[in-house]
Amino acid sequence: MKSKADRPRVLLVDDYPDAREMYSEYLQFSGFDVVEAANGVEALQRAIEDAPDIILMDLSLPVMDGWEATRRLKLDARTADIPVVALTGHALAGISEGARKAGCDAFVTKPCLPEELVKEIRKTLDRSASTAKRSRRSGKYEKTIG
Amino acid sequence: MPRHGAKRNGAAAVAGRAARFAFTLGREDQLAARLRLLEGFVGRTEIADCARYALQWLGEALGVSRSICLLKAAAEPALFAVSSYGFPGTTVTSFAVPLEEWGNPLIPTLTARKPVFFPAAHSSADRKHRPTTPFEDSAFYVLPLGPSGFGEEAFGLLLMNGSSAGPSRPEIQWFAALLGQKLDQILRQQALTEGDQKQGRERSLLHSIINAVTDPILLTDTEGRLLIANVRALTLFTATEEESEGRRGAVRMNNMLLSSALSSKAIEETGATRRELLLVNPADGSDLLFELLSTVTDDPRHGTGVVSVLRNVSDLRRASEEIEENNRRLRIAEAQARAESDRLNLIIDSVADPIVVTDAAGATSLMNEPAERLFTLQQRASGLEQRWVQANDAHFSSFIAGMLVSADQRRVGEIGLMDPRTGEAMPVEAIAGKILSEHGELTAVVTILHDRREAIEKANLYEQLKQASDELERKIQAATADIAQQNELLRRQAIELEQASALKSQFLANMSHEFRTPLNAMLGYTSMLLQGVAGAVEPPVRRQLGRIESNGRHLLTIINEILDISRIEAGRMPLQVSRIKVPELIGEVKAELEPIIIRSKLSVVIDVPADMRPVTTDRQKVKQIVLNLLSNALKFTHEGTITISARRHEHARTLTVSVADTGIGIAPADQEKIFEDFRQIDNSPTRAYGGTGLGLSICRRLAQMLDGRIAVQSEMGKGSTFTLTLPIKGRR
Repeated sequence: MKSKADRPRVLLVDDYPDAREMYSEYLQFSGFDVVEAANGVEALQRAIEDAPDIILMDLSLPVMDGWEATRRLKLDARTADIPVVALTGHALAGISEGARKAGCDAFVTKPCLPEELVKEIRKTLDRSASTAKRSRRSGKYEKTIG
Repeated sequence: MPRHGAKRNGAAAVAGRAARFAFTLGREDQLAARLRLLEGFVGRTEIADCARYALQWLGEALGVSRSICLLKAAAEPALFAVSSYGFPGTTVTSFAVPLEEWGNPLIPTLTARKPVFFPAAHSSADRKHRPTTPFEDSAFYVLPLGPSGFGEEAFGLLLMNGSSAGPSRPEIQWFAALLGQKLDQILRQQALTEGDQKQGRERSLLHSIINAVTDPILLTDTEGRLLIANVRALTLFTATEEESEGRRGAVRMNNMLLSSALSSKAIEETGATRRELLLVNPADGSDLLFELLSTVTDDPRHGTGVVSVLRNVSDLRRASEEIEENNRRLRIAEAQARAESDRLNLIIDSVADPIVVTDAAGATSLMNEPAERLFTLQQRASGLEQRWVQANDAHFSSFIAGMLVSADQRRVGEIGLMDPRTGEAMPVEAIAGKILSEHGELTAVVTILHDRREAIEKANLYEQLKQASDELERKIQAATADIAQQNELLRRQAIELEQASALKSQFLANMSHEFRTPLNAMLGYTSMLLQGVAGAVEPPVRRQLGRIESNGRHLLTIINEILDISRIEAGRMPLQVSRIKVPELIGEVKAELEPIIIRSKLSVVIDVPADMRPVTTDRQKVKQIVLNLLSNALKFTHEGTITISARRHEHARTLTVSVADTGIGIAPADQEKIFEDFRQIDNSPTRAYGGTGLGLSICRRLAQMLDGRIAVQSEMGKGSTFTLTLPIKGRR
């Protein structure tokens, strides 16, 4: 197992256990540390407690949906800097837009092959890292749109 | 007085005898007295005046104290006292002697040849032989008065008192003769004057009479010259120079016509006869027809003349002509009346409705043939028919009786008759009118009966028709209501459909989500297995996993395309218009399909001007269309080249993007079908080409959303060219 610094921690939020397990297995296989949550409330809790490097957020969730959870994450100073990749089976127009408005940094449509998801996560992490450097240099937060 | 005596024969004789008296009675006095008498007579023309003067002279000159003059009256056979002398008052005026009194002694004295003396009477015996006179019993003598003394018929007597010697006195006899002559002269004069006057009066009366006759009357001599004419004749036959030429010409013409008519020859031939004579009216030139009656008069003193009476027969002729004309008209009128009557009869008989004429008493005086069928018994009528006819007659009589007692001029009623031939009830409308004479007396009632059966039948038919029409109307109303209901239902159904459609879209969206979730896991795990996440994979297993993967992807494509169509139909695919760079977009499409291109070993050529200016449209939708077209081209082409070209057409303000392949081609009959949903030309379960058959259908829908179109040109075995045409500046 790699150290925490070597292995970026991914908070995987999905109410569908098979999907959660599949992605979790593949992410760990691909070198990530995975924390799971089955609904929005749980996701908020894990995000605070486990401080993930990135959150993979399914939008259709019980108890609290992904949009609401994302909005709260982005409002909470402790979690606001964590990039959120929205993941949804809904392909209807307006969903991705709603996700961006809620504060999602990237958007992935299910079905999404595990390797595609890993690609997207890496891309988002790289972008997030350079943005964080730039924002630290300019002292200014710049929102990136996928 | 020789001069005086020479002038008057009688006077000369008296003068001769006076000479003898003068000798016996004092010559100078006698002469002067006689002269005075003669002078007194001059200028006296009245009998009474003359006699009074003479008797006065007798008393004064000759001393005869009482005297009476009697003269024969013209009007009566009697002697009347015209004057007296020496008698008081009026004792003499009433004295008269009728000439028929033959016993009166005075009558013979008229014819006596010498004076007659009547001595004074002293006894009744004496009075027996003397007349009753104003002298009463005194002596008197009588001398006759005549034109020439004694010997001629005397016209009067002169009675004087005196002795028997008186009559023998010569101066007395001279006086009597002179007075007789003088009175005779006056009487003659008077008679002459009266005769003249009478003749004049008669003549003027005659003139008035002939002028009063309205027919022209004229007397002509044998030569035809006009002697006497009445006013009527003068207007026809005379004219003065002052009168008009026309009138004078007419008069000349009339004279000629009359002369020829009256020519002696004509008269001789015909005698007193009547002929027609046509003259001209000088007043106005019109013809006047006269009947000429001429009579020849033979007057010994004036010779032969012709009296002509012209009777105007113009008016008569005219009157007779008028009478003839009136007769002719009367004959025509009679003929017309007869024709009219015949025609009327014909009309009455030809009227199909029964007509009955009834007199004032209610008895039938005339009926036409249809009426006879109802009211008179036909030969060989059955008992039933007889009863029906009688019933009809009774009904009709009752109607007429009602009409006769009412004051109405007209009456309309309904009578329930029976048709005697069939026994069928025959309601008739009876219209009766009274016919009045000039004096307002009822002369007849004319009744027309109109069979109501047809009208009733028509009314029934009309009622049925109306019912049918009402029924139809009700049906139409019901149908209309039904249609309205249907419309309402349809409207609701439309709403429901819309809702259903929205629900369907929502359902599909949810379905696709629900499909994706397990599919996601399936594809994910398959991929992981293939990657060897769970360990090495043997080649047969890898091949089988590959099948799972490809089928899973196909299922995913189907789900995505169904989702696209439902989004388009649900209007949930909003346009996101921006300025796009076409070359860049086509590059992206090619890049996305690069793995397939490499695998297909086809060459894909991009023919797009690098400097093409951007166009305004929805980038994602254009990309989807081009992606689909290229994907199709790759799928259906086995070898050759696929060319993607794009052009701006500035004039038409359009952009065209075409994808041309060298594939299998599409038959002309199928070129439209390929745009339909779930349509591949080979629809068999074992078809050679994959795909949902929704691709082109979605492309066409998307192109339409962008105000564009997709067209295909193809030839079997040679290839197809799909061309997308879009406006350069799409609407937002």
